[in-house]
Amino acid sequence: MEFGPHLMLAVLEGALQAAVLALMASGLSLVFGVMRVVNVAHGEFYMLGAVGAWGVTSFLGISPILGFAAALVVAPVLVGLLAAAVDVTVLKRLSYDPERTIVATIGLLYVLQQATLMTYGADARPVAEPFSARIALPWVEWKDGLQLFWPWGLYTTGYRLFVIAAAVAVLVGLGLVMKHTRLGLMMRATQADGEIAAAFGIPVERVYAMVFGLGAGLAALAGVLIVPITQAHYLMGGDALLMSFIVVIIGGLGSLGGTLVAAVLIGLSEGVISVFFSPTLAKILATLLVAFVLIFRPQGLFGKAAR
Amino acid sequence: MRRDYLVHGALLAALLVAHFLLPAYHHGVMARVMVLACFAIGYNVLFGYTGLLSLGHALFFAAGMYGAGMPMHLWGTGPGAAFAMGVLAATLVALVVGALALRTAGVAFMIVTLMFAQAGYLALLLASRWTGGDQGIVIAQAQRQLWSIDLSAEGPRYLAALVLFGVCLIASLALMRSRRGRVLIAIRENEERARLLGYDTFAMKLMAVTLSGTFAGVAGAGYGILFGYVGASFATVQYSIYPLLWVLLGGAGTILGPFLGTLFMYYLVDTASDLTSAYLLVVGVVLILLTLFAPGGIGGELRRRLWRAMP
Repeated sequence: MEFGPHLMLAVLEGALQAAVLALMASGLSLVFGVMRVVNVAHGEFYMLGAVGAWGVTSFLGISPILGFAAALVVAPVLVGLLAAAVDVTVLKRLSYDPERTIVATIGLLYVLQQATLMTYGADARPVAEPFSARIALPWVEWKDGLQLFWPWGLYTTGYRLFVIAAAVAVLVGLGLVMKHTRLGLMMRATQADGEIAAAFGIPVERVYAMVFGLGAGLAALAGVLIVPITQAHYLMGGDALLMSFIVVIIGGLGSLGGTLVAAVLIGLSEGVISVFFSPTLAKILATLLVAFVLIFRPQGLFGKAAR
Repeated sequence: MRRDYLVHGALLAALLVAHFLLPAYHHGVMARVMVLACFAIGYNVLFGYTGLLSLGHALFFAAGMYGAGMPMHLWGTGPGAAFAMGVLAATLVALVVGALALRTAGVAFMIVTLMFAQAGYLALLLASRWTGGDQGIVIAQAQRQLWSIDLSAEGPRYLAALVLFGVCLIASLALMRSRRGRVLIAIRENEERARLLGYDTFAMKLMAVTLSGTFAGVAGAGYGILFGYVGASFATVQYSIYPLLWVLLGGAGTILGPFLGTLFMYYLVDTASDLTSAYLLVVGVVLILLTLFAPGGIGGELRRRLWRAMP
């Protein structure tokens, strides 16, 4: 394959990464924005979504597409409820103190991860792709005038396109909810000032539980969407957490728009960087970038100056 | 004042007596616990007394470990000089990381330290030609001889660990009894007010990070030399979480707390790993329970019930 089609494949792969990353990071960003809680267990909710998808599809045992559709609804909802329960039983009792909640969510990380190891086991398990259409892609070249041709090996699957479309749809939906509904208004009011919001009769505690559940649900949804491509494993949360941390910080802590821009940029560039450098070096550069952004530009590369 | 030194001296004496009484298995465990407690003491200087929560102390521990282990492995340096190099390496790394990370505060400080430690861990893997990467470095027994004492044998190892622990314990007690130690506590309680009183809080916090890194380096270099293995697994996030856990369990802001927490947690994890492969579950449960019900830890309870002026 020549360079052009190769690059196109890399971009498609990057777009898939970006879509999943954007879903997950927007959950983390939402929780930090509204609650000022850094949820270190966010990667485990992603992992639970993937493992849940495996559980639902293998428990139902029906056709891949129906089973997957069920998993797409059931797993994020269950994970969201679990997270809301954690919020009420643990985080609320710490009165959302930033440092103590981090320690508690580190504990939660171990509990969820190790409980999964005890029940689900240490194996990576696959989930069948719900549909397996392969779509060959055309490439344009100048040879006695414009010509379309279909290079061998340049293709994507219908499922990958579906993941990208689903992520975009969910994120657009999230944006609309935040902007135009009463619920979104309550969340934004709580984000701006929890005490004053409470004084105006907004049930702040319920908003917190809901936001924490919603954030976890978004991570779980990302997990369900990715599992037919990568398989479910109990340690898959770690790398995902690191990547979404990077995205949220580069995009500016707590800003949803910045998070999305950063997710697309980082998802797309990750593939390219890994081609030119070793993946380990790419990760070192990424972690150092995060540290230096926090030190010298704490509002994020795309954020506005702090209020 | 005198009573403080008496109590802590008594602990050291008890540990010396234990050297002759403990059965072989617990004797070995106790040597490990004492070296790791030095790590916890260093963490406590920063977290318990200065009020700065770092998630990157594995970097300092690993700097001490590799700073001592790599010269021994690559150039055949003796354990004494290697130990000094390890401690120096950890101090320098802590100074640089502190100077950068202290420009942030709170949650950002935690994430910055976490990211530096992660970068350090990945760098160890990347430089596998010198560091041994995943495999790490095994330090040969023949190299672990100091003044013709075999540090790899059970007895000398225990006593060497006791010396390290004793020095760290008394040093941290002396530090916290000193004027500078009082200023650190003042920063924990109210940094604005400490600055208002004319203290250079940035310089004091930088001193705390550097000293804390030095203690961690003592533990890392000691662990590598005494137990003969230097590995990248000691640079992972887990080894940044452990000292936090030990200090929280033992009691943040108490001199004895780090040792008590390390001792209890070591036996807890040891027991749990006999029962299940998912022994880290215990770590998670203890962390959550501590933050919920006993933010003061064992030391906090002791101070509340028995000894109000416990240092």
